[in-house]
Amino acid sequence: MCNLDEKELIPQLFKTEYRKIISVLCKLFGMVHIEIAEDITNDTFLLATETWGLKGIPENPTAWLYVVAKNKTKDHLKRHQLFSDKIVAHVKAEHSQSEEIELDLSGKNISDSQLQMIFAICNPVIPAEAQIGLALRILCGFGIDEIAEAFLTNKETINKRLFRAKEKLREAKIKIELPEQHEINRRLETVLTTLYLLFNEGYHSTTQNTHLRKELCLESMRLTYLLTENEATNKPQVNALLALMCFHASRFEARINQRGEVILYEEQDKNLWDQELIQKGNYFLIQSAKGEDLSKYHLEASIAYWHSTKIENPNKWENILQLYNRLLQLEYSPIAALNRTYALFMVSGKEKAIAEALKLDLKENHFYHSLLGHLYTNKDNTKAIFHYEEALRFVKSTHDRSTIKSYVKKLKT
Amino acid sequence: MMIFRNDYNPSFKPTAEQMQASIKEWQDWMGGIAAQGKFSSTNRLSSEGKTLKPNKVIVDGPYAEIKEIVGGYLVVKAGNLDEALKLAEGCPILNIGGHVEVRTVIPMGV
Repeated sequence: MCNLDEKELIPQLFKTEYRKIISVLCKLFGMVHIEIAEDITNDTFLLATETWGLKGIPENPTAWLYVVAKNKTKDHLKRHQLFSDKIVAHVKAEHSQSEEIELDLSGKNISDSQLQMIFAICNPVIPAEAQIGLALRILCGFGIDEIAEAFLTNKETINKRLFRAKEKLREAKIKIELPEQHEINRRLETVLTTLYLLFNEGYHSTTQNTHLRKELCLESMRLTYLLTENEATNKPQVNALLALMCFHASRFEARINQRGEVILYEEQDKNLWDQELIQKGNYFLIQSAKGEDLSKYHLEASIAYWHSTKIENPNKWENILQLYNRLLQLEYSPIAALNRTYALFMVSGKEKAIAEALKLDLKENHFYHSLLGHLYTNKDNTKAIFHYEEALRFVKSTHDRSTIKSYVKKLKT
Repeated sequence: MMIFRNDYNPSFKPTAEQMQASIKEWQDWMGGIAAQGKFSSTNRLSSEGKTLKPNKVIVDGPYAEIKEIVGGYLVVKAGNLDEALKLAEGCPILNIGGHVEVRTVIPMGV
């Protein structure tokens, strides 16, 4: 860390330490005072920027941040006696022995508080979009401008959204604590949905900012990893989601070109796949197999596993087809329906796949028409052209548009 | 709701390969329904069972007096009976001498 100057170090520490300090503060003060927790955390980093710029970086920057956060907490409590009385009462109820309130920045309290904050934020009392926004702000230390860019909106909208979300959490008196053991699975469902949405926000985002997209994916993986580190939340479905994220993330370099455009799976340079992440995916997929539960993440991770292996296995597509069959019975989505039809084509040929595709009611989906265009190619080129042209009516991205146009051109010559 | 009926044949013991092939057939057919977003739920029924009659009379098996048994059911989301009948086409039970009974589910008023 010594060879980093403060211009690089502070943003990096912000990413790793912000969430820890704010989680511990929120845990101490309660969700009602989340803004005070934010203020103290922001002030701590502000002071770091000012002081380190003048005096240089301290020997142990993280410890420095913790000391400052502790002192600022003490100052705040002294200055706001009324608030302090309430907090003292609240804290004393929990640990009667301590006279003076000390911010506990021990490793154990940090990881416990972070985990509890994940559950507090990923709470169905606030809409999914607001959960993601708040998770990005509080748990990932993202700036308002970064969140706005990720959501393709402006700072004002994000500020409003986060403000409302915090209001809701306060009104609902959401506690910063782990759910009871018997409630964990139900509550995890919301948490995992939000973490998966956060990942997808990065993976399928329309923003051209590749760095930001990758950060979103990595952050959601870090938070999911946190869940696997605690015994109470290290559940099969959590491991399955993490496996799925690892497999997807392994293709990050291969699936986006220098212009930020998506490269289709078939056209990717497989040498760019990150083998280390694939290995990690395999590891978490094995971990996920403990127990009886089969979540949609298990099925999706298994599909991703088959797409991540370079070894040609004659049963690959049959396995993928069966996984999609089961996934769709668990939860329908248009993209899964289309992918299932593609797998059916790989297993049973064009005729069967076309018959099944025509039963799908997705006539305004450009992927639907692209798939039919692909299936009719060299079988009935008139129909192939018709479907590609239908696809052009609904496609949004310019890159996809030009790809489809090239198929039509080829068919017409 | 689709109810799968077939003749009861206790002497039929499928091999592992036959079982595998049968599961694939059923899964492919149900996957096709699910891909249309029309799948709701399904269950197989074991051929083991007992029947309770008045006066605590219990008889072995669901098939004491009938030679045909219900092997399972599938609930689909369909606008009407004809649509559900259309979805029943291709059901693997039709290939082994069985048939599909399609019935409308009437929700219980609460």
